[in-house]
Amino acid sequence: MDITLEVNGETRHLSIDPRVTLLDALRERLGITGPKKGCDRGQCGACTVHVDGRPVLACLTLAATVREPVRTVEGLAADGRPHPVQQAFAEQDALQCGFCTSGQVMSAVAAVEQEVADVREFMSGNLCRCAAYPNIVAAVEQARSTKESADARV
Amino acid sequence: MRAFELTAPTTLDEALTSGATALAGGTTLVDLMKLDVLTPPRVVDINALPLRGIEVDPAGDLRIGALERMSAVAAHPQVYPVISRALLLSASQQLRNMASIGGNLMQRTRCGYFRDVAMPCNRRDPGSGCPAIEGANRMHAVLGTSDACVATHASDLAVALVALDARIELVSTQGGRSVALADFYRLPGDTPEREHDLRPGELIGEIVVPRLDWAARSTYVKVRDRQSYEFALCSVAVALDVRDGRVADVRIAAGGVGTVPWRLTAVEAALRGGPADEAAFEAAAQVAADGARPLSHNGYKTALLPRTVVRALLEVSRG
Ligand SMILES: Cc1cc2nc3c(=O)[nH]c(=O)nc-3n(C[C@H](O)[C@H](O)[C@H](O)COP(=O)(O)OP(=O)(O)OC[C@H]3O[C@@H](n4cnc5c(N)ncnc54)[C@H](O)[C@@H]3O)c2cc1C
Ligand code: SF4
Ligand code: FES
Ligand code: FES
Repeated sequence: MDITLEVNGETRHLSIDPRVTLLDALRERLGITGPKKGCDRGQCGACTVHVDGRPVLACLTLAATVREPVRTVEGLAADGRPHPVQQAFAEQDALQCGFCTSGQVMSAVAAVEQEVADVREFMSGNLCRCAAYPNIVAAVEQARSTKESADARV
Repeated sequence: MRAFELTAPTTLDEALTSGATALAGGTTLVDLMKLDVLTPPRVVDINALPLRGIEVDPAGDLRIGALERMSAVAAHPQVYPVISRALLLSASQQLRNMASIGGNLMQRTRCGYFRDVAMPCNRRDPGSGCPAIEGANRMHAVLGTSDACVATHASDLAVALVALDARIELVSTQGGRSVALADFYRLPGDTPEREHDLRPGELIGEIVVPRLDWAARSTYVKVRDRQSYEFALCSVAVALDVRDGRVADVRIAAGGVGTVPWRLTAVEAALRGGPADEAAFEAAAQVAADGARPLSHNGYKTALLPRTVVRALLEVSRG
């Protein structure tokens, strides 16, 4: 079937089998390989992307059912500068092998936007095989305080 | 995954006459299709149907459209705390953004044998046997089990809704009908493959939670192997009405222990009219696991259930 996806602000047309997940459409058909395939069963969070601004699991989403804009980690940087959450991950050394990182970052962006009270609880759907958890939490908290001070300035 | 035909109608009539398997958030359906546990030839994406909205009607009943997402329901200010808590302790934020509450009530058991097509399983393949009874059954049920199946019902939301006497409104081309959620789920008996009372051509349209003013004092306690992002070993939904130190009324249901969401009417009866204190809670909770049939690895649940009941009652009476 023919579908249209809006990914990171660009409109893309695809002809796919209904079985194709959003994750496979992004990675295999559109060459957008930031979202990772960890478990492919909705259990690890490595494939987390935003649909209509909300984090979802691309591996359990059929591409043909996506009606709203998709944002992946590739769409976060603006004007060649990393997103504040990406900057915080780099500064806090919040990764080891990096396989889970794009999913962690997409959830972290939502955590900062939603001003969540309990970072560890909110981030529990993103597993890290390297157990970089303390630094991931530190990065989310840093990004949150950066945002708070930016909000206070306006 | 087996090939299937996908349609996405915008009217209820088209969806109801399609004869296809409904797809809402897909977090159960797509998962089980990838595992070849479910192999529907036709799938109907129901997300464009008008089954949305969260509102309190003139009678004070809370009505929630079946397609509302778990995250939206949990965040809604008019939803009772026990429902919000049950949802927020379910799955992960990504899954809650995807999953609908109608799909949540229709989710399938997490029994590992059910999910593995290389294994026998009476629920998936009637008559093939139940390896859980002699096998890995630490997560399995102790209440409502049969010789054919001992799998738990996995929904946290359903436990909260059964405690509150919720109904579901079913829609079909024949018109609608209203069913108490507690009557919707079937005990496994000899036919574990028949899990519920949804007839072909029907969809869950709406969930209705009857007005219960004192349910503002309610909570959900979930005991699990990890602190977050895990199914319940045992969970308890409680709403408690305390007046002058006595239990005027109470609703309790348990999850993780039964083959269906398990209402604890005997505990409720033992509490009603008595003092709202720890000693009375402990005494009443003793009957919680009455009739339990422990298996080789899940006997701990008969002790965990009364303790979880007491913890939930204490939390809500102090809160
Ligand atoms: C890793 C993981 C962890 C999880 N943890 C928890 C947890 O802790 N607690 C918990 O409660 N749940 C948990 N879940 C289950 C999750 O909540 C369910 O998968 C989800 O709620 C199903 O909703 P959905 O909209 O995605 O359903 P779908 O997958 O779209 O559908 C599920 C079933 O319901 C049917 N259906 C859907 N909508 C309707 C309708 N309106 N009328 C009739 N039939 C319908 C479909 O045909 C299908 O058979 C977890 C799931 C995963 C993958
Ligand atoms: S407990 Fe039920 S679902 Fe699990 S293997 Fe036995 S029959 Fe299948
Ligand atoms: S790859 Fe999607 S959750 Fe693991
Ligand atoms: S950094 Fe290796 S899995 Fe998280």
